[in-house]
Amino acid sequence: MRRRALHAAVIAAGLLPLAWLALRAWRGELEAEPIKDVTHQTGIWALRLLLATLAVTPLRSLFGLAALAPYRRTLGLLAFSYATLHLLTYALLDLWGAWDTLVEDVLKRPYITVGFAAFLCLVPLAITSTRAWIRRLGKRWVQLHRLVYVAAVAGCLHFLWLVKKDVREPLIYSGILAALFAARLLLRLRPGFAAATKARKSASLSASP
Amino acid sequence: MLIRRNRFLESDEREVTDPAFYLHRRELMIGAGLAAGAVLLPGCSRAEEASQPGAARGVSSPGGFRTDEEQTPFEKASSYNNFYEFGSDKEDPKNDSGAFVPKPWSVAIEGEVAKPGSVALEDLVQPRAEQERIYRMRCVEAWSMVIPWRGVPLAEVLARFEPTSRARYVAFTTVLRPEQMPGQRRDVLDWPYVEGLRIDEAMHPLTLLATGMYGRDLPNQNGAPLRLVVPWKYGFKGIKSIVKIRLQETPPATTWNQAAPREYGFYANVNPEVDHPRWTQKRERRIGDFSKRKTLMFNGYGDQVAALYSGMDLAVNF
Repeated sequence: MRRRALHAAVIAAGLLPLAWLALRAWRGELEAEPIKDVTHQTGIWALRLLLATLAVTPLRSLFGLAALAPYRRTLGLLAFSYATLHLLTYALLDLWGAWDTLVEDVLKRPYITVGFAAFLCLVPLAITSTRAWIRRLGKRWVQLHRLVYVAAVAGCLHFLWLVKKDVREPLIYSGILAALFAARLLLRLRPGFAAATKARKSASLSASP
Repeated sequence: MLIRRNRFLESDEREVTDPAFYLHRRELMIGAGLAAGAVLLPGCSRAEEASQPGAARGVSSPGGFRTDEEQTPFEKASSYNNFYEFGSDKEDPKNDSGAFVPKPWSVAIEGEVAKPGSVALEDLVQPRAEQERIYRMRCVEAWSMVIPWRGVPLAEVLARFEPTSRARYVAFTTVLRPEQMPGQRRDVLDWPYVEGLRIDEAMHPLTLLATGMYGRDLPNQNGAPLRLVVPWKYGFKGIKSIVKIRLQETPPATTWNQAAPREYGFYANVNPEVDHPRWTQKRERRIGDFSKRKTLMFNGYGDQVAALYSGMDLAVNF
């Protein structure tokens, strides 16, 4: 019961940025380029939630926070939802009436190419996030879901490459991703660092890469 | 909803009573004179004017001095712009320019002029000589505005200092005040900001030294107290808070060109055919519009300025 309430709280918290965006839109408080504002906000939250998803396993292992495990899928699906909104805002609203440029953008603009690639990586992960698919795919599920690393790297590049000059903000996200990779590497090379090996083992039922 | 309707009413009223309109007649006279001159110039024929899509959409006064397209609300033009000296987000200039002190101000005129010197702003740009210009402003980031400026043609100012025959370029420098300009405390760009024009571009009647917009003095975030406005070029050519104007024989360095030479050229003429390496320049979003519109060659000022670049490959000289 408590777990359900917590789960609902995580989902609600994850949807807060969307609610805030909707409120700002309704009150006419979006930036001077509202569509760009919505594109940026949905994109940045997709990346934040993706990094949060990737943080679950290292945090669980390093600090013994086994209780975090059930939220990994929720966070991942929230990230996917924001990424979908992000793509739709760009493809439908930003390109409104000039949809022929979509193909050109995806092929010619490296930051859009990697952004689109990141989204494509997330699609099969979202589809196979159900218990039934985890059971059906078995070991291959773990392999498939390594795509999340590709998506995260592509997402960080997407942000880095679209900035005009001031790369501080995208570098922060890239730095966090690098730290998460480092933590995983550490855990792999020195399993002794894991604070709660037991929790790790029991959680591996939900197949952690 | 009620609040929003009130806002709309306010902005309508402000547009009607905009005090800057009193200069309209003078503008029309200058425009008429220029139009008469343009008939004699090659590359400015009536046939070309008719083929310009800009002529059909936004009716401009004859010299291009005033478009009657809907003006961007002052609130937008003064709260959403790039002025990296105050930060690299487009809300930063408004939020972080409060400590900037634009007065008193003086400008140094140097280099290839017979009468160099440092001049107080009021003497450089005499208030009674100022005109109103309503220009389209196209940012290199593919958004645009329509802004009523107040200022004097740069040509009139430069003439008073008597440029020599070796004055082939004009170099501009922004003030360096990291204590008042928080963006200058980080080396995102190489401070101070510098920009430049070829002398014929600088002497073009559309090129404006502005001290005001929307009938009031320039706000700090828009380049107080003195900035350049070159409507057929991308917005970053419009250097702000100018303290030095130097006439010289060689092409001056320009800040964005130095920062990313592949992405920003010296000319930076608005050109829908030459993409920014990372995004298209074919379309732009006019602030306040839902969908994007097509970007016009030379930002719709082709009739006035295309002749400056005849014979040049604009894909190379971007």
